[in-house]
Amino acid sequence: MRDRVRLALVLPDLLGTYGDRGNAIVLAQRLKWRNIDSETVTVLSSSEAVPESCDLYLIGGGEDVAQVAAVRFLRRGRGLGGPVDRGVPVLGICGGLQVLGTSFVTGDGARHEGLGFVDADTEPGDGRAIGEITTQSTLLGVGMLTGFENHLGRTRVGADSRPLGRVARGVGNGHDSAEGAVRGHVVCTYMHGPVLARNPRLADLLLEWAIGEPLEPLPDPPELRALRAERSKPHVRNRK
Amino acid sequence: MAETTRDTGAVEPTSGQRAPAEQQRWQVVPAPVPPPRGAHRLDLRTTIAIDLGRLAAAMSRRLGMGSGAMIGGRLALSLQPQALRRLAVGRRVVMVTGTNGKTTTTRMVAEALRSRAPAVSNATGANMLDGHVAALMTQPNAPFAALEVDELHLAQVTAQFEPAVILLLNLSRDQLDRVGEIRTVAESLRRALAEAPGARVIANRDDPNIVFAAAEHPGVTWISGGSRWKGDALNCPRCGAFLGDADQDWRCECGLARPEADWTVTAGAAVAADGTRRELDLALPGQVNRVNATFALAAAGHLGCDPNAAVQRIQRITQAAGRYGTVRLAGRPARLLLAKNPASWLEMLDLVSAEHQPLVLVVNSREADGHDVSWLWDVDFELLSGRPVRVAGDRALDLAVRLHYAGVRATVATTVDDALTGAGDGVPDVIANYTAFRDLLARSRS
Ligand SMILES: [Zn+2]
Repeated sequence: MRDRVRLALVLPDLLGTYGDRGNAIVLAQRLKWRNIDSETVTVLSSSEAVPESCDLYLIGGGEDVAQVAAVRFLRRGRGLGGPVDRGVPVLGICGGLQVLGTSFVTGDGARHEGLGFVDADTEPGDGRAIGEITTQSTLLGVGMLTGFENHLGRTRVGADSRPLGRVARGVGNGHDSAEGAVRGHVVCTYMHGPVLARNPRLADLLLEWAIGEPLEPLPDPPELRALRAERSKPHVRNRK
Repeated sequence: MAETTRDTGAVEPTSGQRAPAEQQRWQVVPAPVPPPRGAHRLDLRTTIAIDLGRLAAAMSRRLGMGSGAMIGGRLALSLQPQALRRLAVGRRVVMVTGTNGKTTTTRMVAEALRSRAPAVSNATGANMLDGHVAALMTQPNAPFAALEVDELHLAQVTAQFEPAVILLLNLSRDQLDRVGEIRTVAESLRRALAEAPGARVIANRDDPNIVFAAAEHPGVTWISGGSRWKGDALNCPRCGAFLGDADQDWRCECGLARPEADWTVTAGAAVAADGTRRELDLALPGQVNRVNATFALAAAGHLGCDPNAAVQRIQRITQAAGRYGTVRLAGRPARLLLAKNPASWLEMLDLVSAEHQPLVLVVNSREADGHDVSWLWDVDFELLSGRPVRVAGDRALDLAVRLHYAGVRATVATTVDDALTGAGDGVPDVIANYTAFRDLLARSRS
């Protein structure tokens, strides 16, 4: 294991609308609680290109214009191709899912090519999907995923990838009860929350991929257990 | 900003399209007589609309359906779509907009103006056109009005009439699942100002989105008081290029640049570009309120108020629609603070970090709050590290998880009363988001 895990927070100035920094906070803390050093590398759009040497990449959500700019930025230099081929984990949230996908259609009707790291095509839906979402993850050992979705895009996952979860409650991709998309260690989802704060098993799985060895489990604090229990109850929107 | 005229207070005549009769008001020492009365003859249709609106408001009050102001304003507006324009004739109206601080600043402006003449105001936060009509209807003869306006509705106001002064406080993310993205709001404000070339614009030079909205206007007074929240101002609002720290001077390749400050707000005073100091010893806490007060003083100064009289009135304000007020809850006094988005949470956390009272945080996610609370992760709750905190509200658990990852020890309480009862000695600070704040305030007053 390397002595310091490098977490790349990619383009928070363009794609950071929905508390996406939170996923970096969660990962850094979960490492710290295990006495593993980490460093969060913030990659702003003023940088030359995305660095290739990080151990985990986080890509958040943003507006149409920001997504298009992000694709352009992430093609600069050698891009993310090297890390993805090496099995370095990449987490894309919402707009990040569309950026990492095959193609997406913006509000003006134009179709844009994505980076193609997951096989997923996105088009605008009839209305925004907003609310709590619960899925059963397709990733081994991750179990129930809970999050908050807030997106217009509807995504079809192609044969080359699989969904991150099966929707128990909420909208998700809007096709085939699927939510998100996964190929190799590239994980994409519409879940805000942020997703790793609510789903520690997913957070630890990404960290294990990043480090290349299993991590000792951490106990979930009572507030986290209570939050997951509250949100997995069927048909309860908010605690009133 | 060479094209921008500078206004360091009440001292300069304003060029532009003002009637000659109005020019005598621009003096170093304000005229001793009140400004022209707002009295003007309303047309028959507007008169009837107002009378019926007032009747509806009175009936609604009598039936116990709240203050009735909104219903009255809505009815008057439906009977006379031109009501706002007609009611504004002959008055000097100050419009206050921005994501945070509208209500408090509007209160300050109204108080400052009243040092000179009667002023109406929509102090209860009814900040769309019907609320404006309702406020103006209450005293058709008051020469001044201080009106807070929703950011996306300023354009509708300036389409109807030209306000005397427009305050642009700040823009940041707010209610992510409901309101347009910030760029859309900034562009809407820019268009609104284009419809009001004769207005005096008082704007925040430390907020690039506000700079973008006001940069092309011919008459801007720039206020500088710093900003804690920078998450929405990293890139140029005009062209998208990276800007860096908005507290430093910046100049984008597209030409947009941080303007020179006309007023700089320090730890105890507002200082004009020429060195003139105006001490600010406010009853309201924090830098955020000294900035709000400077906006209000600049507006009042522009409308001929004596600065000393204006500042004295502003200093005496202890709460604005309950914000910062000390109330009784769960049988003990508590101070109520409103925080509804990352920028205002940061301001309030900064405020309570300087003191050591017990702390209760309340977060709801109802319609008026926005359902998406992922913004909790944009707020540096790490500021509270080492302090015991009690949390309540619909989203108490989301907040508690956020605090856990921030290294803050949080106790989840079932209700705010339970949280307060268990809090330590002192006067607890209760920071609550919109509906939580509203419910607590209502309960403390009942
Ligand atoms: Zn620019």
